[in-house]
Amino acid sequence: MTDTMSEETPTEEQRPLGVYTRPKGGNGWRDWVTTVDHKKIGILYGAAALFFFIIGGIEALLIRLQLATPNGTVLGAEMYNQVFTMHGITMIFLAAMPLAAAFANYLIPLQIGARDVAFPRLNAMSFWVFLAGGIFINLSWLLGGAPDGGWFGYAPNSGIVFSPSVGMDFYAIGLQITGIASLVSAINLTVTILNMRAPGMTLFKMPVFTWMLFVVQLLLVFAMPVIAVALFLLMFSRQFGANFFNTEMGADPLLWQHLFWIFGHPEVYILILPSFGIISEVIPTFSRKPIFGYDFMVFSGIAIGFMGWGVWAHHMFASGIGPLSVAAFSISTMFIAVPTGVKILNWIATMWGGRVKFSAPMLFSVGVISMFTIGGLSGVTHALSPADTQQTDTYYVVAHFHYVIFGGIIFGLFAGLYFWWPKVFGHMLDEKMGKINFWVMLVGFNMTFGPMHVLGLQGMSRRIDTYSPGFGFEAWNMVATIGSFIIALSVLIFLINVVVSVKRAKGQPPCPPDPWDARSLEWITPNPTPEHNFDEIPTVESLDEFWHRKWGTDDEGQIVRVATAEEVCQDGTATGVHLPSPSYWPLIFAIGLPFLGLGLIFNLWLTLPGAILIVVSLYAWIFEPVDDPDGPHGEHHSDKEEVSQEASDV
Amino acid sequence: MSEETTTGLSHNKLAMWVFLGSECLLFGALISTYLLYRNKFYDGPAPGDIFDIPFTSVSSFVLLMSSLTMVLALSALQKGDIRNNRLWLLTTALLGAVFIGGQVYEFTTFIREGLGYTTSPFSSAFFTLTGFHGVHVSLGIVMIMSLLISSYRGKLTKKNTETVEIIGLYWHFVDVVWIIIFTVIYLVPNPTS
Amino acid sequence: MSTSETRTEDHEDHEDHEDHEHPSDQKYMQIALLLAVITAAEVATYFVHIGPALIPTLMVMMVVKFFIVAAWFMHLRFDSKMFTRFFVAGIVLAVSVYFIFLTVFEFWTKG
Ligand code: HEM
Ligand SMILES: [Cu+2]
Repeated sequence: MTDTMSEETPTEEQRPLGVYTRPKGGNGWRDWVTTVDHKKIGILYGAAALFFFIIGGIEALLIRLQLATPNGTVLGAEMYNQVFTMHGITMIFLAAMPLAAAFANYLIPLQIGARDVAFPRLNAMSFWVFLAGGIFINLSWLLGGAPDGGWFGYAPNSGIVFSPSVGMDFYAIGLQITGIASLVSAINLTVTILNMRAPGMTLFKMPVFTWMLFVVQLLLVFAMPVIAVALFLLMFSRQFGANFFNTEMGADPLLWQHLFWIFGHPEVYILILPSFGIISEVIPTFSRKPIFGYDFMVFSGIAIGFMGWGVWAHHMFASGIGPLSVAAFSISTMFIAVPTGVKILNWIATMWGGRVKFSAPMLFSVGVISMFTIGGLSGVTHALSPADTQQTDTYYVVAHFHYVIFGGIIFGLFAGLYFWWPKVFGHMLDEKMGKINFWVMLVGFNMTFGPMHVLGLQGMSRRIDTYSPGFGFEAWNMVATIGSFIIALSVLIFLINVVVSVKRAKGQPPCPPDPWDARSLEWITPNPTPEHNFDEIPTVESLDEFWHRKWGTDDEGQIVRVATAEEVCQDGTATGVHLPSPSYWPLIFAIGLPFLGLGLIFNLWLTLPGAILIVVSLYAWIFEPVDDPDGPHGEHHSDKEEVSQEASDV
Repeated sequence: MSEETTTGLSHNKLAMWVFLGSECLLFGALISTYLLYRNKFYDGPAPGDIFDIPFTSVSSFVLLMSSLTMVLALSALQKGDIRNNRLWLLTTALLGAVFIGGQVYEFTTFIREGLGYTTSPFSSAFFTLTGFHGVHVSLGIVMIMSLLISSYRGKLTKKNTETVEIIGLYWHFVDVVWIIIFTVIYLVPNPTS
Repeated sequence: MSTSETRTEDHEDHEDHEDHEHPSDQKYMQIALLLAVITAAEVATYFVHIGPALIPTLMVMMVVKFFIVAAWFMHLRFDSKMFTRFFVAGIVLAVSVYFIFLTVFEFWTKG
């Protein structure tokens, strides 16, 4: 940091504007709400996402209870609409995306050998804004009814005429808020990956996980503005009477659908690629082989990212977009299956001939490969537009997307939780319970969603609150409901595992470095990762740098150990490493946003405190230097690298 | 730039460019929505009835010239010429304000002539697109004014050229968007009722 | 740096900013003058009828103006290719996606 504002150490009189007593490092609640440490922010993301995952899960159970028997009365039609809509929104925007953000935040800097992200305070802001948005959307339950127009909120159905409660207002504004969080975080991580790699870490030495998340960030950068516009149009229509979806005046009812799915299909890859990245780390580690076809893995990820922009209208085959469009999008959709297939083959080839060890993370990863393949195949059946005309809006589609979403994403995220838990918390999760967790989840998952294929083909429509007896729906619905409670049990087992493992680890020394004989750079730091990440920024020579420091080949070409993990790993004892100081402003900024939203919905006066919080926090933020002049400064900069790793002052 | 980064590029500037890449899709969506609705004017005035091309030409020209003054402000600061830097920043902000003033005038005239926000899909799309652009210009003015304030507090010196450059990038981008809007929305022959 | 891509970038970016040849103020004025002239020509099409060539002419002039501002005022001509890449990615993506979007709405045929 050679020439930013903080260079001159200010005296009492000339403290820069906006610097009040800054929070200091530590572990109290105040340190968590003011932290700018990418690891703490990652943990916050993870905790919030798991919380919302449980909320969304409870909503799922309510849906299944309502549908367990014909003529169900658990929820009633109006409540049912709200519950399935909130279930979808919560799972996608408040659970799956932020859980991926948790991994991205925690791991990307470590995998590329950086001390933090490019913009630490913006990173904190992204988290708080996401949380504010999540809480805001859920406030709708108390303030007049939750959104009820489905997670993709088709206008004009989601307009004021057909959805008169405030629910869809919360949807339009709430998703706008979480969208800001995603966009800001995506820009931040893009810059981080491009600009903060350790010496020698070229783009093609980055771990596949980092690569996949890099593609995700680029997708977010370009997709978030599209849904932002769609949500603005909806919000302006509902709040100010704009006529974007007013068909009586000649507006086109397909406008929303197109905008939503131009965002929506890239969003699908935003959801799945993190999971692909996770299992691309887990599978080589537990197969004790390098990933098969690293280049193919990376390029197929990039290809998916590109092609994902040209298939959106496959969600609209039944919307009357015309035969030519249907044909074109049908074909492009079949093409996009190719790079995905490449990935699946690569994972299988990685395991092939390896000494595979089925620990819990590996089980979940194999679960991803198998369940995602089922979901992918049913997906290809609706790329064929004539078949899709039969399947769309039935339970067949619900089955399909849960095989990819739950089977592909949630299993992958669980693989990541088991794999990196020791890295983050310094103790292992119980392996036996982990395995039980996996098998229970696998059984419950297939019991819940397998039968939905049948139900769909039998003609049971999606988003109906109940059905009459006598269509042959009863048995499979009951099976699905029982299955959903088995899934709930598996999540409970996970939570118990966490509690038990935390208790067991109390008073114990942290687990030794490198519990899995892992391959990438994050494991070179001790467990749990020290606040400054690396004692010394490593110089990277190869892909799988960490593994290559432990293993070499002897004269016969046999792989032999050249160093123990203890020898290779850093001990985390460096002192005087310069880190950005915590800040209150990201949190205060985030608190302002829900007030703006509430003001727009209920009473414009409420926007006033929101606007004040936002303006004040922004200005205070800008004039607050990254480094607290009162804060503890490093006594020495140990070397040049350290200086180079510092974050920017935004 | 102060920091050694992998690419040699500054974090802030790279972030601004990534953001501008993102903004392309935002304005793209708004412009496409407008195009879809330009002849959906229902009972209200049509674009061809109501646009005042000479007037908008003048305000477009004003915005275009504000891009010139913005680069001159940057260039002055690069030479360490604080006085001219302030002068050009102020001019840029003023030209921006003139543009916004013109937009307010245009909007009020339209409303007087019967084109309200809720008159037709065309009117909603028109006001939303140009309104979004106007908000971007206004934010730019706020940023430039903030630069001026910190300049008068003695904080905007040669060291900070990059800050000015980045805000300039934003400002030029907003100008470039207007170049498109001016042609596609105003100059291309418009339907009349 | 071992990929050739990054290497070339490093090369050009490591030269310090001040070393780049910044256009002189005079150059900027000339460019602005050019922009003004094109704008005048654009506006002239409103008064002088040029028939079916109108829309293509307008589009060309628009693109030229866009290009000039991006290249000179936004310094893309002199700056790292990385910046250009992000901007071009956004523009190309936006143009192609929304072109298809309008095509699906039969915008080009039905206007
Ligand atoms: C316990 C596990 C789960 C169960 C039992 C479950 C059950 C269901 C059911 C029955 C529906 C259909 C509602 C209807 O159409 O009437 C549904 C919809 C949906 N689910 Fe799940 N789900 C589970 C987990 C997930 C997860 C993990 C995700 C995403 C990460 C997810 C995303 C969705 C989405 C996006 C919809 C569509 C909502 C809509 O139609 O607007 N679900 N779920
Ligand atoms: Cu899709």
